[in-house]
Amino acid sequence: MSGEKIRCDACPVMCFIAPGNVGACDRYGNEGGQIVRSDPLTILDRRLEGGGAVRPFLTHDWDGTFSDEDIFISGVGAGTTYPDYKPAPFIVSREVAGADTVTVVTEAIFSYCGVKVKIDTDRHLGTEGAVVRAGSEAVGHVTTSEYGSQMLSLGGVDHLTGGSKAEGRVTCDALLRLCNREAVDLSIEGGATVTVQAGMAPIVDGAREARMRVGCGSATIGMFASQWLGLVDEVVVVDDHITGVVSEHQAGKVLDWPETGIRIKGRRSTPGRYFQVAGPGQGWGGTDIEDPLSILNPWLEKKGARPGLTLLMVSTTGEHAAYYVLDDALEPQPAPMSAALQPSVDLIAENCEPALCTVMFQAGAGGSLRSGVTQNPVLLTRSVQSGETQVTCGGVEAYIWPGGGITLMVDVLHMPEGSFGYVPTPALVAPLEFTLPRAAFSALGGHDAAVRSIADIVEKGGEYGADMRLSPPKGRG
Amino acid sequence: MGAQAAWISGGRLHLHHGPIDMIVGVEGPGAAAGFARAIRRFDTLLEELAAELPRLRSANGALPRGDVARDMVHTAGRFPEFSTPMAAVAGAGADAVLAALMDGPGVCKAYVNNGGDIAFHLRESAVFRAAMAGTGGQIELPSTCPARGIATSGWRGRSQSLGISDSVTVLAEKAALADVAATLIANAVDLPGAAEITRTPARDLYPDSDLGARLVTTHVAPLTAVQISTALTAGMIRAESYRAAGLIHSAALTLGPQTRIAGLLPLTQPEAIHA
Repeated sequence: MSGEKIRCDACPVMCFIAPGNVGACDRYGNEGGQIVRSDPLTILDRRLEGGGAVRPFLTHDWDGTFSDEDIFISGVGAGTTYPDYKPAPFIVSREVAGADTVTVVTEAIFSYCGVKVKIDTDRHLGTEGAVVRAGSEAVGHVTTSEYGSQMLSLGGVDHLTGGSKAEGRVTCDALLRLCNREAVDLSIEGGATVTVQAGMAPIVDGAREARMRVGCGSATIGMFASQWLGLVDEVVVVDDHITGVVSEHQAGKVLDWPETGIRIKGRRSTPGRYFQVAGPGQGWGGTDIEDPLSILNPWLEKKGARPGLTLLMVSTTGEHAAYYVLDDALEPQPAPMSAALQPSVDLIAENCEPALCTVMFQAGAGGSLRSGVTQNPVLLTRSVQSGETQVTCGGVEAYIWPGGGITLMVDVLHMPEGSFGYVPTPALVAPLEFTLPRAAFSALGGHDAAVRSIADIVEKGGEYGADMRLSPPKGRG
Repeated sequence: MGAQAAWISGGRLHLHHGPIDMIVGVEGPGAAAGFARAIRRFDTLLEELAAELPRLRSANGALPRGDVARDMVHTAGRFPEFSTPMAAVAGAGADAVLAALMDGPGVCKAYVNNGGDIAFHLRESAVFRAAMAGTGGQIELPSTCPARGIATSGWRGRSQSLGISDSVTVLAEKAALADVAATLIANAVDLPGAAEITRTPARDLYPDSDLGARLVTTHVAPLTAVQISTALTAGMIRAESYRAAGLIHSAALTLGPQTRIAGLLPLTQPEAIHA
């Protein structure tokens, strides 16, 4: 390190810059006795939408024909200013829809961060609250079951910094790979092992999930009851959560569906809707059963059971289906499904969406990094909360949680590839951009002198050998 | 690296050289020629100023040779309080580019925004609108208003200030006048000796600073309403003295939640933003 002040020769002002300081322009500083400026950064170009590949960016490619609305300088590769109170690496002036705006671009170091993972599956992955491990380290837990999906909460400050050193390191590594859309194997205590990769089907205990349920069992009855009427005497949609029975269900009642004398195990919630018909598992409709008849009690003749009565049992994805006819002893016997009925089963499958894993990066941007934008950080928080400042990660609009602070959530799949990095503290590094009206930027005490045009960034970045790449904005507009 | 000119959306021109960024807008049949004149004037602006920087950074000395440098010296000299010609640099640069731009026919409306300090031209019935820092409001100037320059100063951001105001926005006949006045009024918004204010010698922050060893504000801890009011009153006294002397048209002084207006500032408040 050199302790000498040095003369900046980037422009005629020839600032004399002390170590760790910047010149009059805020564009160049003295870092360890050298005049330095920007890091490589990723530029999102709307003109590349529709198939353009990410490519290295060279200044001589730049044809100068762009409007500010085509171009978005993302935080990917922007680098970080440290300590935090220095202006963010890039503060970009743009005109968007006729208004002067400023975008503050940085790569933020997130100590408070994690991912919420949504796994589209009916299969039981583990009980709510069960520990999720990567290798032998706890990296998160199973949280709620949602409609057709199981949610995991991974990472967070307690796993990153609150446990052992190994736990923090493994958690950081799992988060980094998930956020960069790599596949990560997770094991759930007392449950399944699952391979999670953003945008891909989950692999549960080695089997790739194909379809996401059309709805719960009861909803499936509600959707398709009229299509079954006249083709079959009884339909049971098997579901670990809510199993539906058409003859008892309100959807059947309004069609004057006759009683069948069927009796379902489990706890009756409302007519035709049953909870806990079996245990959770990898079988039919997220239950642990392989034989659907195991959820039935003996049929009641006085309630309408009769020899020859036909029964369709189907799972919530249409993945499992079986057809039965009651024999003289009122026992269901397997039979080939009629050609007329098969399309209704196919329709359930057709109405299912592909099962995917979704990785939402969630982090707190309400800390010290705010001072890269303004010298009065709470003003930025308020501006974000009021909707005046838009928060994006790699150009993708982030959802901001209501309430205090700046807690953001963003789908990693929409972000440019390789957006995430890490520091060994451990913490994740992610691109972050704040966009706000130029006047509002000044009003909240923004680093006004650090504001630059896109053209300036493109040109100067190239001159200093900084790598740039062009990337189409994904999942936007 | 030389001066650069680039077109940005909205048909505006972005001029950049070293620490200077200007946004130029022109309306009227003579817009293209006006832009060309603005670019030509901007081309040498920074080099002219850099050549005489030592003089421009000191409060006294021989009259410089360059037009803009002379304007800076003259403008700063019209105010009784200490400043160097550098206090006028942004405004004077904007004035110079606007003057070149206007030196031809067919320009109805034009502005040169030099990092928030704005010189503008209005013909009959034209209206100039500017968003106002600190208040969320908008200034709406009819052509009948004599002001043709706006500038804003405060201790936040890169400009150094001896005071604690979040922003002081000034309307004056020229941007250079507004620039110096905003700087000096912002210096007056102060609470001398208050423990809540942290100050650092200017040259410790920027070795080249024209303020030398003078203490500039680097942090302001939360203030009481009475403290805010006291500081703003000190600024208002200076603002009113400039108004009485005909140096400025009007000013808006903001510190925390309070804003005070000296003179008639045509300020409109937008509706509150709801999340």
